[in-house]
Amino acid sequence: MTADTVVGTGLVRHGGRKFSDYLIFNTDHKVIGIQYLVLAFVFFLFGGALAGLIRAQLATPDAQLLTGSSYNVTLTLHGTVMIFLWIIPAFVGAANYVVPLMIGANDMAFPRLNAVSFWLLVPGGLLMLVSFAVGGAESGWTAYPPLSVTTPIGQTLWALALQFIGFSSIFGAINFLVTIFNLRAPGMGLTQMPLLAWAVAATSIIILLGTPVLSGALLMLILQRWLGAQFFTPAGGGNPLLWQNLFWFYSHPAVYIMILPGFGIISEVLPIFARKPIFGYKLIAFSSMAIAVFGFLVWAHHMFTSGMDPFLRVPFMVTSMIIAVPTGVKIFSWLATIWAGKLRFTTSMMFGLAFISMFVIGGLSGIFLASVPIDIHVQDTYFVVAHLHYVLFGGSVMSIFAGLYLWFPKITGRMLDERLGRLHFWLTFMGFNLTFFPQHLAGLQGMPRRVYTYPPELWALNLLSSIGAFLMAIAVLPFLYNALRSLVAGKVAGPNPWRAFGLEWTVSSPPPVHNFPTPPVVEGDPYGYGERPLPGTTGVAAPAPGMAGGE
Amino acid sequence: MSDTTPHLTMQQSAPSATGLDSAKLGMWLFLATEVMLFSAMIAGFLDMRGRSPADAHHVLNIPVTAVNTFVLICSSLTVALSVAAIEQGDQKRLRNFLLLTLLFGGTFLSVQIYEYNVLIGSGELTPWNSLFGAGFFAVTGLHGFHVFIGLIWCVLTIIWTSQGKFSAQNFMRVEIFGLYWHFVDVVWIILFVLIYLV
Ligand SMILES: [Cu+2]
Repeated sequence: MTADTVVGTGLVRHGGRKFSDYLIFNTDHKVIGIQYLVLAFVFFLFGGALAGLIRAQLATPDAQLLTGSSYNVTLTLHGTVMIFLWIIPAFVGAANYVVPLMIGANDMAFPRLNAVSFWLLVPGGLLMLVSFAVGGAESGWTAYPPLSVTTPIGQTLWALALQFIGFSSIFGAINFLVTIFNLRAPGMGLTQMPLLAWAVAATSIIILLGTPVLSGALLMLILQRWLGAQFFTPAGGGNPLLWQNLFWFYSHPAVYIMILPGFGIISEVLPIFARKPIFGYKLIAFSSMAIAVFGFLVWAHHMFTSGMDPFLRVPFMVTSMIIAVPTGVKIFSWLATIWAGKLRFTTSMMFGLAFISMFVIGGLSGIFLASVPIDIHVQDTYFVVAHLHYVLFGGSVMSIFAGLYLWFPKITGRMLDERLGRLHFWLTFMGFNLTFFPQHLAGLQGMPRRVYTYPPELWALNLLSSIGAFLMAIAVLPFLYNALRSLVAGKVAGPNPWRAFGLEWTVSSPPPVHNFPTPPVVEGDPYGYGERPLPGTTGVAAPAPGMAGGE
Repeated sequence: MSDTTPHLTMQQSAPSATGLDSAKLGMWLFLATEVMLFSAMIAGFLDMRGRSPADAHHVLNIPVTAVNTFVLICSSLTVALSVAAIEQGDQKRLRNFLLLTLLFGGTFLSVQIYEYNVLIGSGELTPWNSLFGAGFFAVTGLHGFHVFIGLIWCVLTIIWTSQGKFSAQNFMRVEIFGLYWHFVDVVWIILFVLIYLV
């Protein structure tokens, strides 16, 4: 058996060479990575279409495009789909593809479990679509009772969908942790790992300890809806805060599930395109772990106005502010990394730099919101909507695109077109800021989130938002065209188009089915730009002629 | 596709970087998840009980459940003995102790179903008529489901044993099943104390 043979026939295979290899139960981590990425991107388009509906409804103060109830369903599915079926699985897909390559492994630790994780996502996604079709999931992605126990059947399907997605996540996390700890190539100690591996390990710990708590809460929600158990409804003596506590015990850490892999991707992108070693490797690695731990101690900052014991507000405010420290450590490390570097402004780098600046805005508004008096003032307004989109779109989604532009040549063997890439970037960046920056102001002026009409005084800000959303939708077109065209007609990439360190760049693009025909050799730290020669070259890894300066 | 021997699991033969067996490490991580799942359910149960009358648990049949708890503890013992048996390469004793585990575990689950029947049939305790009932059935039901999965797993392990898949050098799957079974037992002991005794 050569390293490049697809093993197995029928519906169970290992390796991807034909199109049909991607449609079945395939145990190759690279195939699974692509399956995740494609499925997630389809849901990104679906969630984006829902966002388009929302912005169309809100483009004028009293639009009749949606009813109150169908508006609720739309915003619920938009939030749930973007979080659970786009951002999280897109990161899982990217990590699935590159982490085993980065650490010199031939696959994940449990290839079959890996495939099971992916195929659990499919019924989860389908149930989510059915819940949209039948309607009824009206209570937002947070699903607070009592609304979430009185809504029609779609809400139950929504909860079941999340159970499937949760199992998928948990099995994936176990797989990543064992892979990262056990399958590293000889010579790669924990502190020689690429930072993405650290980030994925920290993310997996959060998934492992957080997701089951959501599973438990969803189980109680389903029991209440099916059997009439009165867990969450005050009318039956139950406790609505029980849901909120369990939900946020998972869902605050979940924001780190949605950003830590992005931190990891940025820590790869910046050194490659600044041609400098990463600054503060250990600080970045350990701050990921610190975030994984502290992330579990802040959840009640979402509940300052919920009737929780007011005495507990200050401790949760303090922990919420402390957790900004490890994040700040990373930001300064990244700034020091690009400081005085010879930057190459590739599309990947542009998304990476946009990530830093947009995420800082979202992080700062997050510190505002952690402060109890401000939080009480702007709770459930568009200020919160603006904040969370600066983090999740300005942060997570920008980093996903940074990673896609970085690894597309590795995954497909072809380069993306940089001019179309730049068009995609600028449309996205401008559309994003036009959509979400005005929402800070609308929020401060008192516009509540999750309502489908608003007073005419807020019209101008909302119209700006809607125009921005339209730009963001347009931005997807050059990307789609670029990806599809480059797939067949792009410039051939070769193993290492960016002249990067890292084991993933030592194998062909795309890599052979079993990754490393000869066992990889690990030499030195993974970010030795300007310090040691690139593998297979002579001389120090300075910028290649013709690539320096970006243009 | 000339290769007709699909070895799809592709377990790497290289020794693991940490020296820990991958399958065992994976199982421990899975149990960490399970601890959090049961913690959430127990938190829900305690919250519901705190909102119920103090004597809510008096409808439960404590002596029967105490005996049932003892039965489950016996099953943990037989699992431990089955692992000890295969460590010495004794496949027959392995099979017999696994069969005993199946018997004890099956008895436990049957008694739990009987208990549910009595409580719901008489209307004394149901998931819908009291908060205590809601918490009780949610958390014990989730545990019962875990026992059920364990029984299926036990049957599979017995089948693998009779196919001669285990030996003194190769019994990781038995050990991993044992880890799961012990975990399910420990959870029950905690639940028994919390729900029936406290
Ligand atoms: Cu939070």
